[in-house]
Amino acid sequence: MTATAQATAPISLGRRVRRFLADYPIVPLIVLFALLVVVLELLRPGIVNERWMANTVKFAIPLAILAGCQTMTMLTGGIDLSVSTAATMSAFIVATQSPIHGPAIATLIALVPGILIGFANGIGVGVFRVHPLIMTLGLGLIGIGALQVYQRTVIATGSEVPEVLAWLGTGLTWGVPNALLLFVPLAALILYTLRSTGFGRLLYAVGDNERATRISGVLYWQVILAVYVVSGLLAAIAGLLYVGLIKAPSLSLAEPLLLPSVAAAVIGGTSIFGGRGGYAGTMVGALILTVLTTLLTILQMPEGWRGVLFGLIVLVVTAIYTRITSEA
Amino acid sequence: MTRFISRNAWVIGLFVIFGLLLALTRVVQPDYGAAGIGSLVRAALPYAFAVAAQTVVVIAGGIDLSIASMMALTSVTAAVLMDGASGSFAILVVPLILLLGLAIGAVNGTLIVISRVPDIVVTLAMLFVWQGAALLVLEAPGGGAAEWLKSLLVGTVGIPGVPTAITEWIPKALIILVVGLAVVWVPLYRSRLGLSIYAIGSSNLAAFRSGVAVDRTRIVAYAIAGLFSAMGGLVLTMSTGIGAPIPGPYLLASVAAVVLGGVALTGGKGGIVGPIVAVFILRLVRSDLTFLAVDPNITTIIEGTIMVIVVMIGALFAMRRRAS
Repeated sequence: MTATAQATAPISLGRRVRRFLADYPIVPLIVLFALLVVVLELLRPGIVNERWMANTVKFAIPLAILAGCQTMTMLTGGIDLSVSTAATMSAFIVATQSPIHGPAIATLIALVPGILIGFANGIGVGVFRVHPLIMTLGLGLIGIGALQVYQRTVIATGSEVPEVLAWLGTGLTWGVPNALLLFVPLAALILYTLRSTGFGRLLYAVGDNERATRISGVLYWQVILAVYVVSGLLAAIAGLLYVGLIKAPSLSLAEPLLLPSVAAAVIGGTSIFGGRGGYAGTMVGALILTVLTTLLTILQMPEGWRGVLFGLIVLVVTAIYTRITSEA
Repeated sequence: MTRFISRNAWVIGLFVIFGLLLALTRVVQPDYGAAGIGSLVRAALPYAFAVAAQTVVVIAGGIDLSIASMMALTSVTAAVLMDGASGSFAILVVPLILLLGLAIGAVNGTLIVISRVPDIVVTLAMLFVWQGAALLVLEAPGGGAAEWLKSLLVGTVGIPGVPTAITEWIPKALIILVVGLAVVWVPLYRSRLGLSIYAIGSSNLAAFRSGVAVDRTRIVAYAIAGLFSAMGGLVLTMSTGIGAPIPGPYLLASVAAVVLGGVALTGGKGGIVGPIVAVFILRLVRSDLTFLAVDPNITTIIEGTIMVIVVMIGALFAMRRRAS
């Protein structure tokens, strides 16, 4: 519409800022994160120290991995609401199987349900074209039911969190959380996959214009199947880390992370309609949500106000973010 | 006639399934009768209102993840207002709660329109907000409900001139459900507004170009969802006698029943009868499995599996239709 005006008139500062923000959408997110940290420091001088940082990172990591599942599925225009179930299952299974089989085998067993859930999701969404919301909700429900049945068969064996996982989840080496040992390669892999591999580009393509990708010869169902299997596997890994952090396996362990994982991906700039976004923003989104939770806890508000503020802030951030990054 | 059948094939199919399930229930539980129907309707009531709320929004092309939270908020508000108050005061509380539902639903819709953020994200955020608000109103389960309101859900109605052999099959809860839904849905469906809701769900752009006030219609759709949620919240308070600030499992159930009921998640298609029948089917399956002494945990698995399989079959049919 303003193409001609643009060419003649010098580009205004506002417009340049806008374009800069649209090109580097992660910048405002980092600014927001820094702002939150400053507010936290102002409210409780001295709180922002090494220990606090390590703690924040430790709690943000499982959320960031689950939000990674959301990012990848959302890029294809889907969503994965079974991640909390996959994570809870892997956490519970590893804790109950390791007294019997030892931690290594227990970990391998624990990853199986996540992959199975992902596979079923992929078949439902990719082949049968069921709406991802329904498919993943349904599989989540089935998974929790299966876990409840399983719980009764292992009630006698008792549970223990393998030391490796506790070390990975809560341990620090020179003040740096050990969880980063797992997370940094994982995040690098996700970033690399999304940015520079054919599979990553297919995810964007499928979410952007499914018909066009199909016509250009992409087997839609294979892409979808792959992304949901990866999502299930990642969720299971997040569950392993989370049980190492919380150290108390329960049947609703990862449930409270489900909606924040969607929120983290959305705040991070991934479009829920697919085709736009990336994992870098999601990671900052997970950090923001974690700091926000600390902030609301420190203010010693009643739980009700915390919920209200959490929801409103997520909404406002997303609304502003949608405006500054949209091409208009 | 054939046109009617082919148009409503999905809903008729649901009724047939429901009938078959009732017959099956009779087989596994020979003394299943009027009392069983009564408790089935009472158990299904809050689910039915949640599904009605979701149906309206989905037809308008959106989705509302905050329904269970809105039910919790309206339920605790009703319980707090009626706690210790006289029975006649409760007559005032009911319309007040319905208005509250209408208002919070309208807030959802307005936020979606002005923020331009996708429905699913806005209502996800509002889920936290309404849930928090419910906790602010009432921290732990408590409050009360007027006796006459509680008695509205229990038992059956006597219609003069009709033998009790017939009226005992009509529980009061069913009448509440039908009246509650019909008072809102029938005028809406027949009005221009209802048509607009279908129009924006079917194609936002086409609706806009044909002169539909898209934004206003969207807000109205969410407000009606809030109204149905308030009915659900009221029913919760009426059946338990207290209000609980923690949202129940109504979100998942509402989305599932909407899809089972033949409403396309892409919007613009379906009605309210299908989803309501779907709710009854899901509840009946649950009680059947209980009668068969199936472990309640396995019941959850079976329920989820049925849901997924039915939706898969539905999707397969939809694909065939598109292909032919």
